[in-house]
Amino acid sequence: MKLFEHQAKALLAAAGIPTPRSLLAKTPEEAEAAAQKLGGACVVKAQLLAGGRGKAGGVRLCASPSEAKRAAAALLGKPLVTAQTGEQGEVVRSVLVEERLPIEREAYFAIALDRSRKQVLMLASTEGGVEIEEMARKHPERIRRATVAPDKSFEKIEDFFSFIENNPKNISKIAEYAAKMIEFFWENDCILLEVNPFVKISNGSWVVADAKLIVDDNALFRQPQLARFAEENLWDAKEARAKRFGLSYIHLQGEIGCVVNGAGLAMATMDLIRLHGGRPANFLDVGGGASPEAMREGFALLFEDPQVKAVLVNIFGGIVRCDLVAEALVAAVRASKRDLPTVLRLVGTNEEQGRRIVEAAGLAVRWEQELDRAARAAVELAR
Amino acid sequence: MNGPKREQGQIKTASFQERELWQALVGPVIVQGMTGRQGSFHTERMLEYGTKVVAGVTPGKGGSRHLGLPVFDTVHKAVAATGARASCIFVPPRFAPQAILEAAEAGIRLIVVITEGIPVLDMVRITHQLAQMAQPPMLIGPNCPGVIAPGHAKIGIMPAHVHRQGPIAVVSRSGTLTYEAVAQLSAEGLGQRICVGIGGDPIHGLGFEELLPIFEADGKVEGIVLIGEIGGEDEVEAARCIQAQISKPVVAFVAGQSAPPGRRMGHAGAVIGSGRETAQAKMEALAAAGAIVVDNPAFIGRAMRKALG
Repeated sequence: MKLFEHQAKALLAAAGIPTPRSLLAKTPEEAEAAAQKLGGACVVKAQLLAGGRGKAGGVRLCASPSEAKRAAAALLGKPLVTAQTGEQGEVVRSVLVEERLPIEREAYFAIALDRSRKQVLMLASTEGGVEIEEMARKHPERIRRATVAPDKSFEKIEDFFSFIENNPKNISKIAEYAAKMIEFFWENDCILLEVNPFVKISNGSWVVADAKLIVDDNALFRQPQLARFAEENLWDAKEARAKRFGLSYIHLQGEIGCVVNGAGLAMATMDLIRLHGGRPANFLDVGGGASPEAMREGFALLFEDPQVKAVLVNIFGGIVRCDLVAEALVAAVRASKRDLPTVLRLVGTNEEQGRRIVEAAGLAVRWEQELDRAARAAVELAR
Repeated sequence: MNGPKREQGQIKTASFQERELWQALVGPVIVQGMTGRQGSFHTERMLEYGTKVVAGVTPGKGGSRHLGLPVFDTVHKAVAATGARASCIFVPPRFAPQAILEAAEAGIRLIVVITEGIPVLDMVRITHQLAQMAQPPMLIGPNCPGVIAPGHAKIGIMPAHVHRQGPIAVVSRSGTLTYEAVAQLSAEGLGQRICVGIGGDPIHGLGFEELLPIFEADGKVEGIVLIGEIGGEDEVEAARCIQAQISKPVVAFVAGQSAPPGRRMGHAGAVIGSGRETAQAKMEALAAAGAIVVDNPAFIGRAMRKALG
């Protein structure tokens, strides 16, 4: 789960890591008042889960509260399209109004999960404000890496940062903050903590100017303070509803609703729809242990979506029983006012019973037992 | 050490691992979490298939019997009584890390973790602890369907009926997509020697890199199917491995070509981060390494039939 910048900074500040003074605003008036409190000059930053907002105009320098109000009005409630959002953009629901820092230098610091080496990795660079991938390509010599063992032990952490600062007093400060962030990373079940830029201000101290934080969904059961954000950050009502039923659902832009069991097969089904010239309306994995109610809810989500022109059900029954899927489909179709063309592929456990249930209910569906034909049929029916 | 000798050493290691994997697969197996709903259901399916499940482990239920098998409080006791070399874990996520370590410390050589939802940093800690053991066990999963050697044994939750015995090895990050691929292979008359689901989590045990050389070393394997997905760089590493060590034909599919960046697609591991984690980048890397990359998931079986001529 990704957190918003303001959430990440609040958590870091509580862990004793210096962040700029800031206030969250959800209206232009709140932004104006926040700027007033911060002394007039400020930065208004769109709060997005996707990155790349700087280049997209999501960060605005303001000289006065009235400018802050105008900047907030220009951003709030509107989609911001960045390199990472896709063409539909991400709607800005709040802005962070922050003090303007007298920045002397920008550096980079991150702690990340290194999947290939199955370790936690610490990264630092003398240059901040640039994407680390780009830096790694152009100036690999400006990046330092080190493994952070699960016991968080770290030999000579000062040495690691010596290339960023000359002043030994400042180095030990950076090292102290880094140690706190390492502790924070492990304590909060993080996947990524990226401080970019990590800035040195005119009085010589170092501050977290921007922070990107991704925490592990699997660990939310033991992180109540993070679990609180999980509900808060799910602004898509449908995705929130699906989550309550334990379904994995992502709303997309296309016209073919998909109901699939298993994440890999769900992705492959979407790929196949694309390959045949259609567009998936969603990702929906009903998983292995979905209850009949959850499955009915999954179908309902698609039937209620006006964007959906056809439905493709692709079930490879193993743990999931085809008869239960069939019952859920029948119930959802009966409850729905729409008559959506549906392609049904039920393979595996109790496949025959499933077919009988759908036929007995008199549902006009198109049966396709072969994967490629099923996807083709759905694309045709959506046209 | 010079180049050729080192290479020879690697081949030896892979064939040693291949033997160890098979010994564990066809030998006595215990199930940790056997008395639970999932554990019970799948233990029965494993027994039906002919897997030598000999005992269950559930703390607090030692001394009882379940599904006609003895239940022990600890893996130590189960191993001492049965000589089991493999374990299948169905323990819930918050207790699974301890269950894995317990199995490793009790001398289990093959640990298959079905459990979905284990915190990622717990897996980092476990990896670290296992690596420090004198003889680390082979770990498969977590969040995986397990491993099946058709006609011999299955340790996991895959539907057995889609499998046939034969010469193809399958390795995959997905569950149901693997069943789909296996069904296609079987329909083409291509049975399977072994199918391993390595799991959908970002940190997992055996990966493509370890399994591909094992399949290469296995004289009964004629072709390999590799199923990857977006997120991480496992497939890029697999490509390097194929280029350097694999002579058998590899048919590859990477799920998630149409996935939006930054969104978790069901599997915890399936998020596109850097540019190298997209399906496109992975497909290109695999193709450049000599794999036969299919962009249509319905044509995996057909592609393998064609590759074998």
